[in-house]
Amino acid sequence: MSQSLRPYLTAVRFSLQAALNLSNFSSQEVERHNRPEVEVGNTSAELLLQPMHIARNEHEQVLIEPSVNSVRMSIKVKQADEIEQILVHKFTNFLEQRAENFYVLRRVPVPGYSISFLITNKHTETMITEKLIEFIIDFMEEVDKEISEMKLFLNARARFAAEAYLEQFVY
Amino acid sequence: MSDIAAQFKLVKGPIYSHCFNQDRSLLAITYDTDCYVYKVFASKQPQLVAVLPDHDKTVTAVDISVHGRIVTCSQDRNAIVWEPLSNGTYKPTLVLLRINRAATTVSWASTGYKFAVGSSARIIAVCYYEQDNDWWVSKHIKKPIKSTINALSWHSNSVLLACGGTDGYARVFSGFIKGLDTKEQVAGSPWGEKFPFGSLVREWYQGAWIHDIQWRSSIDRVAFVAHDGSLTITDYTDDIITADSPEGLPFNSLCWINDHEILAAGFSNHPVLFSEGSKGWEVSKILDRPPKANEKPLLSTGNDDEEGTNFGMSALRKFKELDLKGKVSQQEEKSTHENSITELAPYAESNNNITQVSSVALDGKLVIYQL
Repeated sequence: MSQSLRPYLTAVRFSLQAALNLSNFSSQEVERHNRPEVEVGNTSAELLLQPMHIARNEHEQVLIEPSVNSVRMSIKVKQADEIEQILVHKFTNFLEQRAENFYVLRRVPVPGYSISFLITNKHTETMITEKLIEFIIDFMEEVDKEISEMKLFLNARARFAAEAYLEQFVY
Repeated sequence: MSDIAAQFKLVKGPIYSHCFNQDRSLLAITYDTDCYVYKVFASKQPQLVAVLPDHDKTVTAVDISVHGRIVTCSQDRNAIVWEPLSNGTYKPTLVLLRINRAATTVSWASTGYKFAVGSSARIIAVCYYEQDNDWWVSKHIKKPIKSTINALSWHSNSVLLACGGTDGYARVFSGFIKGLDTKEQVAGSPWGEKFPFGSLVREWYQGAWIHDIQWRSSIDRVAFVAHDGSLTITDYTDDIITADSPEGLPFNSLCWINDHEILAAGFSNHPVLFSEGSKGWEVSKILDRPPKANEKPLLSTGNDDEEGTNFGMSALRKFKELDLKGKVSQQEEKSTHENSITELAPYAESNNNITQVSSVALDGKLVIYQL
């Protein structure tokens, strides 16, 4: 792990720990509903807490929006060039299409971010909060590695394909 | 650990609230849309004796009166009083709450003739039995509540009602019901002269969601815990004393041990004892704390990195890491509760001093702590 990644992840970890103190909270607006307050607009302002924005640089940022019964956490994955942009888009899209298997994954990321998680009180009640945080930190650690690995693989493949194609023209 | 007198795994889901009856022979807990009633033994797993099933949404709170009546309230907007019958079953009576949002908390007055229900409708309903109609009816306290009520507590005089909620105010109201309460109950109270129903006696602004509030009637003090991780003790002179959670995580519940000690517990999964000293309220003991994660796992990962360069083979290294990660998670020591504690209640008492406190948590366990 590089030296500047560690403080970044530590900041995210402690912010998540502070945000993931959720309770079962039934809606004040709609009768017999129990909905994640962070996801519904025009709701009572007192139920939302101040969002936390953690940025390592302009490419890598995290936004944590806590509320009384849910937390929305959005990650901006590093995208240095166009290939990485495509790869990140494909990768997160792949995950989001299988969102129900990931439980905490949000189907659509918050605008400006690559991937979003929505953690509600149902999740903190059935899972160990510490492990949940561990999972997200692990994800953040792995996703960069994954993307750069995919990029290397893609480049190698492109080189191989180009060589194979251009060989035809060598006499 | 020596702090634990007993622990029982009761259900597989979260328990939001529990209550023992007067002689600690029965235990009622909320579980999903039901309320479970257990018979309690000295050191044996409690035995399920009744399931109270009439709610159709999450049951949020349960309380047992001095007469053994159980009241449950739920997010389906209803509260039900369960009258114990001689054959061990319970007869439900729906309470006319007249609220249109979830009921969040319920508490019997110490006389056992009335109870208060807090709700997301920004209303406290004080309910009492009306003989003429054979029905539990309610009177509302509306002003100046701005948000959901999270916690309620009756003073032992059964008139003063403390409440706290997500609007960040802790308030004391009068719950005086004409014909049920007498003026003698509040004679000489330092909180005021007259207590007409619904009048605001005091309010304190905390600025964070209040999770629990409790009276200490003998010294006329109120303590409450808020989402900013604070424990606040105040009284009729508006003298406010605050103490902070040692981990920084907020408390969900508190319990007065004696006039100078409070036990609080919440999202850090283990209770913390606060006591009043010469310098105000301070943390005096942390119960059931998991041993601090020592530096070993970190060191061993460091070694692994160094060795890893020698390995060269990435697969081998990967498996070693996997192995190591597995070990690290095994080394973690946990407190007895594996998830946030939702409620504390006094369990055993001697000489006006509580010696054992029971707690329930989101992990479905009941733990009795020895102080």
